[in-house]
Amino acid sequence: MKDRTKYFAYPYVVWIFIFIALPAFLVLLYSVTTKESNGLTTIHFTWENFKNFFQPLYLNILWDSIYLAAISTIICLMLGYPAAYIISKAHISKRNTLLFMCILPMWMNMLLRTYAWMTILGNNGILNNIFAFLGLPKVNMLYTRGATIMGMVYNFIPFMILPIYTALSKMDKAVLEAADDLGANKRTKFIKVILPLSMPGVISGIIMVFMPAVSTFIIPQLLGGNKSMMIGNLVEKLFILNGDWNFGSAISIVMMVIILLSMSIMNKFDVDKEGGARLW
Amino acid sequence: MKRKLIAVTFIAILILIAATGCKSEGKQTLSILNYDIYMDKSLLSEFEKANNVTIKYDTYSTPEEMYIKVKSGASKYDLIISGEYMIERLIREKLINKLNFDNIPNYKYIGEDFKNHVYDPDNEYSVPYFWGTLGILYNKKTVDASSDSWAMLWDESHAQKIIMMDSQRDSFAAALKLLGYSINTVDEKELDEAKDLLIQQRPLVMAYITDGAPDIMINEEADMALVWSGEAVSAMAENENLDFVIPKEGSNIWIDAMVVPANSENQEMAERFIDFLCSTEATLRNINEVWYSTVHTEAIKLVDEELLNNPAFNIPKEDIDKMEMLRDPKEFIGLYTERWTELMAQ
Repeated sequence: MKDRTKYFAYPYVVWIFIFIALPAFLVLLYSVTTKESNGLTTIHFTWENFKNFFQPLYLNILWDSIYLAAISTIICLMLGYPAAYIISKAHISKRNTLLFMCILPMWMNMLLRTYAWMTILGNNGILNNIFAFLGLPKVNMLYTRGATIMGMVYNFIPFMILPIYTALSKMDKAVLEAADDLGANKRTKFIKVILPLSMPGVISGIIMVFMPAVSTFIIPQLLGGNKSMMIGNLVEKLFILNGDWNFGSAISIVMMVIILLSMSIMNKFDVDKEGGARLW
Repeated sequence: MKRKLIAVTFIAILILIAATGCKSEGKQTLSILNYDIYMDKSLLSEFEKANNVTIKYDTYSTPEEMYIKVKSGASKYDLIISGEYMIERLIREKLINKLNFDNIPNYKYIGEDFKNHVYDPDNEYSVPYFWGTLGILYNKKTVDASSDSWAMLWDESHAQKIIMMDSQRDSFAAALKLLGYSINTVDEKELDEAKDLLIQQRPLVMAYITDGAPDIMINEEADMALVWSGEAVSAMAENENLDFVIPKEGSNIWIDAMVVPANSENQEMAERFIDFLCSTEATLRNINEVWYSTVHTEAIKLVDEELLNNPAFNIPKEDIDKMEMLRDPKEFIGLYTERWTELMAQ
């Protein structure tokens, strides 16, 4: 008897083809052709778009995006790991509430949440009013790099907490008991047992935060006042403002390659292939 | 294998049907593409009722975005409202149709000052909608505007309190005018000078934004902002400490106009809608919504006195004489973009 259930996967196969594979192919096609190409009849291939990207002006933007995204990711990890740890240790009745609170902001539109931060961080915003009330000087917070990083941490931290929480809560309790029985103190138990076992979650979290952070364009626009241009802003500008889809596509391809490379490097560190929280 | 093929084809057909099946039958539709917040929306439903037509109203935020929407042909429109240099480009690329002015009797209300401009020299393709200029919105309490110059935006005593536009042509216009050059220059040396000036200004700039500047000025979070005149009018109505100056070096004058794309399937209805918008009543309602200067010779006689006394709405003649219209930069747009990217990546 043949297994017929696999036919249920076909809608998804079609979906992948139309909405993932085809667009990706078009981006690739745009990136290696010139602006003058018009349909398939007059197609001109070129490497010019890629060569164009590798000049200091654009590499600086790329480097700056990676730098800002990396800082946000590190902050997310430092805040997210303890949060996930606390949630996983909480009593089951509290645990669901804590998880719920972690996901709740994601139900609101991201743009709305980011606008809310503008009124919090502004020169006459909520925070500065509190400072003034306490007799402290006003601080210029909105439209700084700090505001951009804060916006990214705020928006992406659930993507760090959730996979780490999953890894921690799926941990075999017997292993922890064994560590206790063998005389490990709390610190040793954490460093030698809990941390290594939660690494798959950590790696998923890092990837899940770093990827959207490195390519975001709305957060540096709204909270950073466009003062530090990120690679996402550059691509947006090239597509919408200049109509230079070819160069914009080339940059997207470079970004894809960088993300794929960093993902494969991350997977090298991921020793535990059985980990339950791995996404890749 | 055969079964697989059938399944895939079946699903593909389903998707095709779903994609094309949403066309409503019977009623005519009129698709409009306009800037965001640039029309009194109640006019739409009024026109829908009067003409038994369904209006599909779509918006965009920059003329360049509009151009790509129209050029790619992904969606068809019957009426577009956009800026003069984009219309110049659409005419050159044959993307818009000549209008039948017999259907637009209210065209007689359009002021002569807004006809026969370079973008549409014989008035064949477009009907002006609103016009405006670029200037500095400032807070009277903190800023001394007596210099009446673009140099105000380079005043170091207002460091981190100056808002510039995230729009390369407009921000460059301020620098080019300060240097005494044309805002349409394609001279690389002049553009480099303007770029250096903007780089020098960068540490003073609080943010490069479009659209949000009036709110920031109303909340008095910044001292000065480079804005379009209508934004200034709406901000000044909310906070009386704000004022507007069109610097003595001259500025940019722009005219937004209504055009009908070449692939429109409903040109006559579009022309009727243009006529409807050119009526005195519709124009007055739009003025109260968008706050830009009107091209309508009758409506201007009927607006409030307060608005007439506002130099950002009723722009003085001596300022208009010094203004320059943006032209389509054609292939030279790269000269601006390159320098703008350099500025932004500092």
